[in-house]
Amino acid sequence: MNKKIVLSILGKILWAEAALLVLPLIVSIIYGNSCIPAFLITIAVAVIIALPLIFLCKTDNKRIYSKEGFVIVSLAWIIMSVIGCLPFVISGEIPSFFDALFETVSGFTTTGASILTDIEGMSEGLLFWRSFTHWIGGMGVLVFVLALSQELPDRSIHIMRAEMPGPIVDKLVPKAKETAKILYLIYIVLTLAEIVILVLCKMPLFEAVVHTFGTAGTGGFGVKADSMGSYSPVIQWVIAVFMFIFGINFNLYYLILLKRIRSVFRSSELWVYVGVGVVSCALITFNIYDSCEGLSEALRLSAFQVSSVMTTTGYATADFNLWPGFSKTLLLILMFMGACAGSTAGGLKVSRVIILVKGMRRELHRLLHPRSVRTLKLEGKRLDEQTLSSANSYLTVYVASVVVIFLLLSIDNFDIETNFSATVACFNNIGPGLGVVGPAGNFSEYSVFSKIILTAAMLLGRLEIFPLLLCFSPATWLKK
Amino acid sequence: MRIIVVGCGKIGTALIESLASEEHDIVVIDTNRKVLEEINNIYDVMCVCGNGADSDVLDEASAGKAELFIAVTNSDELNMLSCFFAKKMGAQHTVARIRKTDYNDKSLSFMKQTLSLSMPINPEYAAAQELYNILKMPSVVKIENFSSGNFEMIQLKLKPDSRLDGMTLSEMRGKFKANFLVCAVQREGKVFIPSGNFTLKGGDKIGVTANQTEIIKFLKELNLIQKQTKNVTILGGSRIAYYLAKRLLASGNDVKIIEQNLERCEEISELLPQVTMIHADGTQQEVLLEEGIENTDAFVALTGIDEENILISYFAQRKGVPKVITKVNRDELREIADDMGIDCTVSPKKIIANILTRYARALKNSMGSQIETLYKLMDSNIEALEFKVSPDFAGVQMPLKNLSFKDQILIAGIIRGRTAIIPAGDDVILPGDRVIVIAGQKRLQDLSDIMR
Repeated sequence: MNKKIVLSILGKILWAEAALLVLPLIVSIIYGNSCIPAFLITIAVAVIIALPLIFLCKTDNKRIYSKEGFVIVSLAWIIMSVIGCLPFVISGEIPSFFDALFETVSGFTTTGASILTDIEGMSEGLLFWRSFTHWIGGMGVLVFVLALSQELPDRSIHIMRAEMPGPIVDKLVPKAKETAKILYLIYIVLTLAEIVILVLCKMPLFEAVVHTFGTAGTGGFGVKADSMGSYSPVIQWVIAVFMFIFGINFNLYYLILLKRIRSVFRSSELWVYVGVGVVSCALITFNIYDSCEGLSEALRLSAFQVSSVMTTTGYATADFNLWPGFSKTLLLILMFMGACAGSTAGGLKVSRVIILVKGMRRELHRLLHPRSVRTLKLEGKRLDEQTLSSANSYLTVYVASVVVIFLLLSIDNFDIETNFSATVACFNNIGPGLGVVGPAGNFSEYSVFSKIILTAAMLLGRLEIFPLLLCFSPATWLKK
Repeated sequence: MRIIVVGCGKIGTALIESLASEEHDIVVIDTNRKVLEEINNIYDVMCVCGNGADSDVLDEASAGKAELFIAVTNSDELNMLSCFFAKKMGAQHTVARIRKTDYNDKSLSFMKQTLSLSMPINPEYAAAQELYNILKMPSVVKIENFSSGNFEMIQLKLKPDSRLDGMTLSEMRGKFKANFLVCAVQREGKVFIPSGNFTLKGGDKIGVTANQTEIIKFLKELNLIQKQTKNVTILGGSRIAYYLAKRLLASGNDVKIIEQNLERCEEISELLPQVTMIHADGTQQEVLLEEGIENTDAFVALTGIDEENILISYFAQRKGVPKVITKVNRDELREIADDMGIDCTVSPKKIIANILTRYARALKNSMGSQIETLYKLMDSNIEALEFKVSPDFAGVQMPLKNLSFKDQILIAGIIRGRTAIIPAGDDVILPGDRVIVIAGQKRLQDLSDIMR
């Protein structure tokens, strides 16, 4: 274990976080909020910890292996969340540390689950920071640091692989650093586009920015108690479309930039993603048609909710808790699938679901024809057996995690629907679930123990389980 | 610069290692997924799995945008084909490894022209060329030529009882009549660019630059030149051995090749009748003694097995052969061979990697001051670069002592027209000169990079 390089990268992460905290500080200065000292203290704390890490842990041995990659990513996310929750605690707007940590982790992991009961009473600076964490966490902090850092560790692909979700992590261009830059550039352009369009649709600038951060990171923090319900239909459509856009694999946008449109349309992941979205949307529209005023409202409500849940964003324009059982169940199932790999969304990822389904079909075929040989293909390329087996083992760990979290959560005496949907919503980084934690409710009623469990669940879900699991497994640290 | 490398065998991997440290954008194509995965983990490159002559694969690697396309798979035909396609798709320069003797002997220039190859490269021929250079000057570890040919750099290992033991560099200047410069010293794994008060020790490996005639003078003063190589024994009848033997015969040496495989013996003796072909297992000491290894001027171990090469070279050295060269492919074994006191090891893949890296640098620097030649010395820790000076170089017309260079930089020579100058403080650099720079830090791209 190359501890020095791990520590020095953690120092750089904190340094980056201190720099990013300047933005909400500026916002709170503009709005004259009382949380200015809270931000100043947090920045000071981050810098004080970061400086010795950066300067004392300089080392010539910049070599990292996959082990270091996992450890760096896990520790970075934990330390970032702990520092990131300080403004809430210091300003007293969320006095309990674990509540604040829950809220911050929910932000960084782009979950959007909240323990706040009175969102509209929060100061603008903190609301901005809360949503900004979505934007930072969406594309990944380490990818951000990779894009900016002058001195990269050798083999930085291990860091990228540990942080970027999805079954296969590919580079767009030969250099990891350039890849990170391109991804962030696409991210920033799409973000700006949404802000401009929302402002043109007459949303106030502050709200436009905050909601764009929520959409871009597929997070789901808003500024209003009823999420997006009180905005005009046009704005709801705009947000619904952008949520869907941020759920598409960013590699495809790069292909568009390269003018290789044909390969974009050949992407099977895209078609499955669009297909599942359209079909679910149609089914739900049909299912809720009776309770709505006309087709256009039914379509809008269903499209928004489907887009929000599929991309694991978690905005809501309707309390789908009150919808018929079929629609609720369908939404719950969509929560598991999530959106495309290589996007900012959570969940199992469409491409992994495709791999698993293909693997299952082959297994069935093999039962009928025990001697048959079949190779699997994804996006026209032969799929490595290793990728299939790691997707399978991911599914196993995924289900096991859901079961354990669900069990631990049931200690709090809520109904099964609430507990299960809370587990699913946090673990897949969606946000609102059903029952007490539905779009109209929040997570504040859970006990501290459950909040800690859910906080861990969000991190596990965002980092796709293995990095955290390995970081805290003794085998990583023992000298064997 | 965008470089595509097809094939990740021994040469491909060595090449990627060398190019990746030069900050090029590298795309690697190979059919073996496992190998690609390994490479992707170690180097910051993009990997594409597939056949290098498949247009889809080339498209995915954006071969059309490549500035340099290098095909080094183990099939000559595949290399030619993929270079041909890449060129048609718009790649600027293509390099193909072409190894078969049939192609090299007769149709090379025809092929080069028809396929618009920028450079065909034959690893065995290049390795043989390097071996020949080393043999040309016995008792010197290695010898490299700079552009004009009469300026050379030699590397030699000082014997423990050498005259230079305990001498500082400034003392040396007074004691030797030859005009030369010690530009690099390797001692116990560490590499130094020495200044005047540096004291040499026995066992050091030193790099010396000078004029060709001055180098011979220097070696004479050191008593290192006894006689020119007249007869050479080569162990193993590989392709390198064939090219080397051909080269040696042409310059009037007697060559003896010991080879185990009868067919191969017959092949070589058909191609090169003047060679004494011995069909025997050369790893047996009895055979070597019978073939008079004690009387040979030089012994070159070129079998396919590194370990055998090392052990037999050790034996030959003990038997008092003045010049022993060992082919060692694996880097780990190279270090061990050094520790065992084997004077001179050569690694063909490294030779190719160096040639191509140099080529890539020259392409990249086709504007401004150019790198004309590049050599990696002392286990690649030091580079010797030859630059052409452009008029806008900041240090033009100024005495060297007034210029402030970065650390680990030494001007080892100035070549003006046909004369080579070993620079002292009062010498100046003029536009149009070629300057030889020894650099401890890597990646000098331009002559102006040496200035503080």
